[in-house]
Amino acid sequence: MYKYDHYDQAMVDARVADFRDQTRRRIAGQMTDDQFKPLRLKNGLYLQLHAYMLRIAIPYGTLDSRQLRKLAHIARTYDRGYGHFTTRQNLQFHWIKLEQAPDILAELAEVEMHCIQTSGESIRNISADHYAGAAADEIMDPRPWAEMLRQMTSFHPEFSYLPRKFKICVIAAEEDRAAMRWHDFGLRIVKNEAGEVGFEVYPGGGMGRTPFIAYKSADFVPQHQIFSYLQAVLRVWNRHARRDNIHKQRMKILVHELGEEEFTRQVEEAFEHILRLGTDFPQAEYDRIAAYFEPPAFETGLRDEIDRSDPDFAVWLDQNVAAHKAPGYAIANISLKPIRGIGGDITAEQMEVVADLAERYSFDELRVAHTQNLVLPHVRKQDLYAVWQALRGAGLADANLDLVTDIIACPGLDYCSLANARSIPVAQKIAERFADPARQHDLGELKIKISGCINACGHHHAGHIGILGVDRKGTENYQLLLGGSGDEHTTQAKITGPGFDEDGIVDAVERAVEHYRTIRESGERFIDTYRRVGMDGFKEAIYG
Amino acid sequence: MKVITGNDLKTGAVIWWDGRGWSIHVEDAADAGDGGEQILAVEDAACRVNGGYVIEAERGLDGKVRPAHIKDRIRALGPTVRPDLTLKPADPDAGSWVI
Ligand code: HEM
Ligand code: SF4
Repeated sequence: MYKYDHYDQAMVDARVADFRDQTRRRIAGQMTDDQFKPLRLKNGLYLQLHAYMLRIAIPYGTLDSRQLRKLAHIARTYDRGYGHFTTRQNLQFHWIKLEQAPDILAELAEVEMHCIQTSGESIRNISADHYAGAAADEIMDPRPWAEMLRQMTSFHPEFSYLPRKFKICVIAAEEDRAAMRWHDFGLRIVKNEAGEVGFEVYPGGGMGRTPFIAYKSADFVPQHQIFSYLQAVLRVWNRHARRDNIHKQRMKILVHELGEEEFTRQVEEAFEHILRLGTDFPQAEYDRIAAYFEPPAFETGLRDEIDRSDPDFAVWLDQNVAAHKAPGYAIANISLKPIRGIGGDITAEQMEVVADLAERYSFDELRVAHTQNLVLPHVRKQDLYAVWQALRGAGLADANLDLVTDIIACPGLDYCSLANARSIPVAQKIAERFADPARQHDLGELKIKISGCINACGHHHAGHIGILGVDRKGTENYQLLLGGSGDEHTTQAKITGPGFDEDGIVDAVERAVEHYRTIRESGERFIDTYRRVGMDGFKEAIYG
Repeated sequence: MKVITGNDLKTGAVIWWDGRGWSIHVEDAADAGDGGEQILAVEDAACRVNGGYVIEAERGLDGKVRPAHIKDRIRALGPTVRPDLTLKPADPDAGSWVI
């Protein structure tokens, strides 16, 4: 894992001191809210419905046990005993007091964490495949590149006043587990015929009110030119983007207005120019960073067989455990989606259990997935049973990964001041409706994603089944969408028709799911059936 | 009636103007009539409220203040999915007031 050097630490510490002073002045009445708000947002501190909300960056979703224990401590000391993992691999606390926020930032800095660039018109926390460094199918660990880009873009003056937020995602496998093409700038690490490493580049994606899937602008940017390419993309956007209408400032809008061809042409022109300036990382710097991500010392000669005699364990094993690149090891997914729970929420006690497990069984590493679940990336197969037992004791052993009850839901109107409707109760009702494990497993992979408003924090555009909360004359109403995905065949979900109330949407989801069950061909997932037959039959099943 | 609400600057807690000061209980909210913006300007300048605004509300038959919009009712109570974290943790029916 990356470790701060003294520059990183000094920057983060200086920011804490700045914010402490700014907060003091605000509370003393020396600053108005208009003056203070941009400063607190630069440190991830929002004002939400019931309190301040603090968004903590988890670079490329990687954490160690010391950091997770610190988050548990913060949850207990400054919040209400829990935190919420988000679709951008971050953690949010929803009950923060302004007067304590500087102390929290200081505590985070002790464990190399911060909230910088988690809000505002900046390059946000860079996300990555949550199986990075462990996946059997990856070309290499994408995190050294994510870390390089993080360092090159943090506090970079040219990127400090971007037209709007900018989200980067890096993956290194054919399978896209990170919704890469829903980002402003998606990168897939590939190898060319000569065996050299480079990047496929996908700019211009994004959700929100005008969703676009990123397009491919380059098949192969040599690895040591990627920062130049990123700069070129940002420069074209920075130069031409509108700044008069907040809804039209994301890069996806510019890409759409210029057209992919013209956008690519301008990027290539800028790229040629920037390449000559020589601002890319030297090999030595890459090597220095990459050394932090050296694979852990995997044992050799381990057994691959797993004792499946406990049937509950076997179900979890089949559903939540994925293939690892090292023989004798596996990737264990921890579902944060218990039936009747709140997706993505985790208590301080649960954080401590997971931290202990990471330390004891996973080389002190864990990951946050964009699906609001956690991952123990490097577990010996022979330890899986012990891990599962400990998880079960903490209420963390739901065997529902990627199933109908593994629902992404944003905080919605229960917490968020921008919301039209609540998301969590809808997720809970759907999960209860489909709670029967046999039914869930029979339905197979089915991704439901719920947002409480058009900003799409809950990825409804990318749901096999998406749900969007809208305000219908002061009451909550829900639109149903079908056919989205955030995988390597990214598609945008389409609205089925008129919206539903809270109970109606649960029935509508069930009708869509039952329609799938009736017409599916052998081996088809929900999304496959939808792609084969299209919207019409589903529409009829839903609206009768 | 018109009611003034906002968040406490230091703690972020939801607060309601009760005619003399701020209360965390919507039951205490006073009718601000047309004076809301003026009161807010004074309170904001004194750093006693953050992000204040004036809302429509009605006084129910039980005499209790009920904000017109669901968002402010959720603000008044707390998250409907965590009754234990609302202002009425002991009342299992508290959430029905929101809907
Ligand atoms: C609770 C406070 C939050 C606020 C105020 C907020 C605000 C916003 C806004 C305004 C947008 C639209 C941006 C645009 O289209 O330009 C947005 C998009 C998004 N937010 Fe949030 N959000 C919040 C919480 C969350 C949470 C909890 C998650 C994860 C569960 C999240 C993840 C995202 C994602 C993935 C997008 C879509 C990104 C895209 O358009 O490409 N946000 N958010
Ligand atoms: S989608 Fe809307 S309601 Fe949900 S968290 Fe984002 S801004 Fe809030």
